[in-house]
Amino acid sequence: MLPYLINGVSVGGQYALIAIGYTLVYGILRLINFAHGDVFMVAGLLMVYSTASMPMYAALPLVLIATVILGFCIERAAYKPLRTAPRMSVMISAIGVSYLIQNLAFYLTGGVPQPVVNPIPWISENVMIFGESTKRVTLVTPVLTILLVAGLVYLINHTRIGLAMRAAAKDFETAQLMGIKINSVISFTFVIGSFLAAVGAMLYFTNYPSVAITSGGMPGLKAFVAAVFGGIGSIPGAVVGAFVIGLCEEIIKGIGLTTFSDAFTFALLIVVLCVKPTGLFGEKVTDKV
Amino acid sequence: MKKLFALLLTLAMVLSLAACGGNSGSGSNGGGASAPADGGSGDKVVKIGVFEPQTGDNGAGGKQEILGMQYANTIQPTVDIGGETYEVQLEIVDNRTTAENGPSAAAELMNRGVSIVLGSYGSGVSIAGGKVFQEAGVPAIGVTCTNPQVTSDYDCYFRICFLDPFQGTVLANYAKEMGVDTAYTLAMLGSDYDQGLVHYFTEAFQALGGTVVNEDFPEGSANFVSYINNAKSAGAGVIFAPVSTNYAQLIIEAAAAQGFEGSLLGSDTWDNNKVLESTQGKSVKVDITTFYQESGSDFDTGIKEWINANADAKTNNGGNDMISAVTAMGYDAYFTALEAIKAAGSADPNAVKLALPGVSYTGVSGLIEFDDIGDAKRDAAYIKAANTSTGAWDFVKVQGVG
Amino acid sequence: MKRKETIWTAGILLVLLVLCVVLDASLPSYHIAVKVVEKASVYALVAVSMNLLNGFTGLFSLGQAGFMLLGAYAYGVLTIPVDKRPSVYQYFDGGAIQFSLPEAFSGFLGEGAGTVAGMLAALLVGGLLAALFAFLIGLPVLRLKSDYLAIATLGFAEILKAFFQWNALGPITNGSNLLKSYPVFSHPTAYVVLAGILIAFIVLLINSTYGRAFMAIRDDEVAAEAMGINLARHKRMAFIISSFFAGVGGGMLAMYMGTIAAAPFKSAMTYEILLIVVIGGIGSITGSVLASFLYILSSEWLLRGLDSGSFLGINAPGLFKNGFRMAVFSVIIMIVVLFFRKGIMGDKELPDLFRRQSRRERPEKGGAGNG
Repeated sequence: MLPYLINGVSVGGQYALIAIGYTLVYGILRLINFAHGDVFMVAGLLMVYSTASMPMYAALPLVLIATVILGFCIERAAYKPLRTAPRMSVMISAIGVSYLIQNLAFYLTGGVPQPVVNPIPWISENVMIFGESTKRVTLVTPVLTILLVAGLVYLINHTRIGLAMRAAAKDFETAQLMGIKINSVISFTFVIGSFLAAVGAMLYFTNYPSVAITSGGMPGLKAFVAAVFGGIGSIPGAVVGAFVIGLCEEIIKGIGLTTFSDAFTFALLIVVLCVKPTGLFGEKVTDKV
Repeated sequence: MKKLFALLLTLAMVLSLAACGGNSGSGSNGGGASAPADGGSGDKVVKIGVFEPQTGDNGAGGKQEILGMQYANTIQPTVDIGGETYEVQLEIVDNRTTAENGPSAAAELMNRGVSIVLGSYGSGVSIAGGKVFQEAGVPAIGVTCTNPQVTSDYDCYFRICFLDPFQGTVLANYAKEMGVDTAYTLAMLGSDYDQGLVHYFTEAFQALGGTVVNEDFPEGSANFVSYINNAKSAGAGVIFAPVSTNYAQLIIEAAAAQGFEGSLLGSDTWDNNKVLESTQGKSVKVDITTFYQESGSDFDTGIKEWINANADAKTNNGGNDMISAVTAMGYDAYFTALEAIKAAGSADPNAVKLALPGVSYTGVSGLIEFDDIGDAKRDAAYIKAANTSTGAWDFVKVQGVG
Repeated sequence: MKRKETIWTAGILLVLLVLCVVLDASLPSYHIAVKVVEKASVYALVAVSMNLLNGFTGLFSLGQAGFMLLGAYAYGVLTIPVDKRPSVYQYFDGGAIQFSLPEAFSGFLGEGAGTVAGMLAALLVGGLLAALFAFLIGLPVLRLKSDYLAIATLGFAEILKAFFQWNALGPITNGSNLLKSYPVFSHPTAYVVLAGILIAFIVLLINSTYGRAFMAIRDDEVAAEAMGINLARHKRMAFIISSFFAGVGGGMLAMYMGTIAAAPFKSAMTYEILLIVVIGGIGSITGSVLASFLYILSSEWLLRGLDSGSFLGINAPGLFKNGFRMAVFSVIIMIVVLFFRKGIMGDKELPDLFRRQSRRERPEKGGAGNG
């Protein structure tokens, strides 16, 4: 049982880092950022290319910066012009961006998965824990996730920009009237989301030999489910939801129902949406349409 | 007035539907394209269609297969038909690995007027494209599609590689010879290639008295740790995972991380540089069956030289000059096609199709001859093991089903 | 005025039909143009069915691929000839179902008519199966708001895919292996006509009182309810009807592909169809049909050169390599999404084009899709 649990926690940590990006954006814009999973994939690709051409201490910050810029640009180019448009238009734009990123990545990589050649040697070494062999990244991921989330929660609760984000999430228009620069708050949200996705991508893809164009899709969707499960808009909710989904998934594989390891996540989504749409920790939000 | 129009229109539609649908289902054979290969302009060209994935899950494998054909084309760029020398032109179309893109990619090849088609890597897309080849009456040579249904359904489809029942049995025998009693199989959901091989492996292994645990993973999986743990707790001595190259790497990675002590058995898809690379420096045992073993022959040195001199080719080969079995098979497929065209004495697809069953050609991967269904008569597969320190394949033996 | 528009519209549709018949008669069945017409007709039908839901009723559903999957499998399972079943269901002892509709109908209708009737019946069953599932899944999810509904239907489609690949259901679905050897329409005209008739049904529906109720819901739910429209009932109805046509479309796509597997029916397919609807104009049947043909024509045929080295005589293998075609496409799509939000047609239909002072007035008979 133990190996499944360790692995589940690790997978959960990776989902958590992506899920926060969804939950923050949804909290403010009421938008499912379909492109978020693809930003995650691009971060993986960037890591592959940058670690191949420069030393690690230069490459990793570069990946973080580039991913953050990408997230910022997506928001400015594809979502900002549609601020007053119906919600459906924005969502279609999100799907369009996702499609665009995938196709561009497809073109640039030639449609072939890009090999990951041991980008961060230290964390991909094997270690023994309670007599079971595993990679060090499996242990690093949950710890790093918790640290980052603690930092983020502090940022949101104790800084001015955090206050602005909370205000914008509570009531978009009123926040604007109160003199909050709503566009910079939204951009900042995307910056945080992309940053965490980039960290998630580094942890996720060091474990695996290659980054494929579609690598972002499934983790992205599952992270979104995690965000919904935990209560969309709530950061602790997203993290708890992600760990629960990671663990459930590995346990389901462990008891031999491997065929349904993905389907389970979506079944959980539908059940949660129908029984308790606000999720575990979500507040009752008034719909602003 | 408006209603009358609507009524008339519907009536017209229904009538034409009945007229068109009438002979549907009877699988009309278009009777063959009329030798478009001459181009009609006097520049003597024979077109050989290459129906291969260059993108998607099998993109890497497809590209390596194409390399073999392109190299063969540089070695032998012309063919003599009826005393005249024709230039051979490769028409390469990407079928994007998946069945839904098969028909239009195949139709595109027909549109370009090819005399014969080579490909594809991957059986599902071959079956989907086969329908179009059949309608057009253009013969096709499957290079490394190992599913029995590719040739059994279409009389235009031939193939030069061995089949899944054979390969599955060979691997089951080999596993048994290693003294393994329990095997764990892992296949991707929705991949008929994986599932077919697992089926034959399971059948053969159980017939030998072993037990088999079958599991599937959904498309797009990246974390195989739990599967390896399942194999360990099932007490499996081998993991048989006939999956595409990308998943093979993931499985090797996970097996090494979890310290799986048995052997990983792979099928022909595992004979790939990327797979080999991911075993390097790790404590894993990988054994595979394949079509070809590098032996330092003229072909080996020649193609290495060509790959090294050609940057694009080297990239497509995964960045080094290791020769995959599929490349050798692509090379053989090209020459088999030329033999057929020569034997037909014409570039007309129908004539080539009629000439194909009689072709006998000794390629770098062995003697190529076809049986009644159009399958290659092959009774041996190469078994190779990954050498984790030198980063090369070690030849183990040639194994038959006997 | 009205009469003139009707004549023009009918005339154009007839011309297109004749064009299609001519194309059918003059080109061999494996010609790329024929494949384009076939695939585009199927996509037109599916896009219109999605438009009915997303454009006319304002329900943002992303389950289209799932319903198409149901239709495709129903068609395949019901029409594979009995003597081919052992080879198709090679790992499942010939499968659990030992009859085939076309053969059953041939028994009393004769060879030709019976086969066609059986094929149409199988398509119908596929549609009904999709409608049934839409009813079941609609019970819980239709209460959800826009984006939750989208993600729930997307999840539903993924779950369906897993079930259809499950080996335990293998005797029916053939597990992960392909279904094939089933009869197909061998003429593009058949695809065009069938899709045309079904689209005409959707047009009639949209112009009925139900259609007006759907649009009222889209424009303002609260106002619609105040007008006495039963929201739950109409939403459910739109969902079921749209799924029915998606199911039939799935069956037709199965015919086009020649083989059925669950793998192609993934969320990417739904996105593709959604983007076609957006290009055509959300809320325009004509737009969806037009966009389907444009999209398939360029992606399958015209722009293939973008992927393979030379395009419009420009030879640049370095630039025009694999994937460039789709990259160009997605840029165009983003431009449409951001700057031409109305798409090609906005919410206009074919007859509107023949009207001088085109204001917001619903056309009497919309442009049924004809090749």
